[in-house]
Amino acid sequence: MKSPSLAVVRALKVAVFLVCLAPLSVLVWKGFHEQLGANPVDVITRSTGKWTLTFLLITLSVTPLRKLTHLPWLVRFRRMLGLFAFFYGSLHLMTFVWLDKFFNVQEMLHDIAKRRFITAGMTAWALLLPLALTSTAGWIRRLGGKRWQQLHRLIYFSAAAGVVHFIWLVKADLRRPLTYGFVLAGLLAYRGASWLIARTRSRASVPATES
Amino acid sequence: MSVSLPGTIHLERRRLVSRPIQRGPGYNRLRNMLIKKPDDIPSSEITPKSQYLSRRKFMFGAVATGAALAGGYYLRTSSEIDQPVAADGVKLSGIVKSQFSTTEKPTSFKDITNYNNYYEFSTDKYEPNGLARNFRTRPWTVKIDGHVKRAKTLDIDSIMKLAPLEERIYRHRCVEGWSMVIPWVGFPLSALINQAEPLGKAKFVAFETIKAPDQMPNQKRRDVLPWPYVEGLRMDEAMHPLAILVVGLYDEVLPNVDGAPLRLAVPWKYGFKSIKAIVRISFTDYMPPTTWNQMAPDEYGFYSNVNPTKDHPRWSQASERKIGASIFAAKQRTLMFNGYADQVAGLYSGMDLQKYY
Repeated sequence: MKSPSLAVVRALKVAVFLVCLAPLSVLVWKGFHEQLGANPVDVITRSTGKWTLTFLLITLSVTPLRKLTHLPWLVRFRRMLGLFAFFYGSLHLMTFVWLDKFFNVQEMLHDIAKRRFITAGMTAWALLLPLALTSTAGWIRRLGGKRWQQLHRLIYFSAAAGVVHFIWLVKADLRRPLTYGFVLAGLLAYRGASWLIARTRSRASVPATES
Repeated sequence: MSVSLPGTIHLERRRLVSRPIQRGPGYNRLRNMLIKKPDDIPSSEITPKSQYLSRRKFMFGAVATGAALAGGYYLRTSSEIDQPVAADGVKLSGIVKSQFSTTEKPTSFKDITNYNNYYEFSTDKYEPNGLARNFRTRPWTVKIDGHVKRAKTLDIDSIMKLAPLEERIYRHRCVEGWSMVIPWVGFPLSALINQAEPLGKAKFVAFETIKAPDQMPNQKRRDVLPWPYVEGLRMDEAMHPLAILVVGLYDEVLPNVDGAPLRLAVPWKYGFKSIKAIVRISFTDYMPPTTWNQMAPDEYGFYSNVNPTKDHPRWSQASERKIGASIFAAKQRTLMFNGYADQVAGLYSGMDLQKYY
């Protein structure tokens, strides 16, 4: 299939951007209509957390999807999706900092150190921060493609920390966090497999070129 | 163990119960009939007061029974989903106020019935309301056994007549860091214990929730909690006047979602100690196993008293979010024994509460 024209990709980007804002819009709408239930802070925390993990997994699906479907132009959506993961992650963190802890630094530090699920969650967000900061074309140039790519592999660790954060959080019934875990495992397995295949191919091809 | 009988019996009972006790003119007539009686005959003049009172007890027991049946019917047939359970449901009559009630403003009926942990139905706090809607609370019996003089099986309707029903507006603190103020209707657990006459070697009271996987979807699964849910109290805790058996909420028959037809309320302990849908109360000479303690002993102790100084691995217990408060409102400070220290601290004098949490 031929890549779509620049104009089409731009239009699609706007559409995807708006769709990605939908979870936030729903939350805001519910907030103004008293639809956030008995414990709104809990709902906001869960919703933003869920969408952070979801966007992380969507971002990680872009590469397998574009390779399997032979649609290389899909990569043009990856940065936006990744930034949305960071955006929802930041909203999630702000819910903790503001609505849960009311900017009480001492309590937050205590929580981060003491509660392992918060430690994991903070780690996940902290690992995304440099990726968000270096997501511009300027930073790709400054770092050089290869180093930039190496840096951005941090997303694997961030997503893993995010899933662990969710697993450690629940009291019982691991179905929901494990669903994210299995999807992530699948996406990482794809990368592991393609890396292995690439390595065996390149090893096999080295003597061939020399002879 | 399950007390539910084959479905045909329920159907038949539903047919028998539905018509006469529905809240139409017929229901009022029945109520008036029951309530008018003490006025017609001046029983207080010819009967000793204690006997008169016990008859009155029976009267509102009878009314409560009718109300409970009608309530059960109403809940079972009501089909509006997001409506508060039995909003205009069946009132319990003859409820007396209690000195143990807090003066704090109760949480709304809607929030109490739409936000709680009832893992037998769902691990989500918003779902049990809908999932418990058709839960059958009649017929219902509670087995009293173990080290008692009089082991027996009591019917829920006779349990509701055991003692005068009291309104107890209690603070309710969940281990997850949220709290409510709940106007329970019930009577002291001690009334039931006294009637059962525990033997000297009975040191603890164990409670068990119904196991009814056909009605409680999560009981079909093994990866949630071990079923049935079990809880326990030390005998002196169980005998404490603040510990109550609950049969109602907001002057109405207890909604299914909050543990109908019979639950415990122990307001100085974290909410999970207040076991729901009780079918068995046993007297033991050993500390009975409790579900969350079995799941994670480092997180939940047998006592599980509300204690802001004992940090929990997941949640800070120093403060709590009051359900119904603005999302921008600061959390409120959690009080030792959930504010009931004056009444219950004596139960634990000399105990290291950091160790026995």
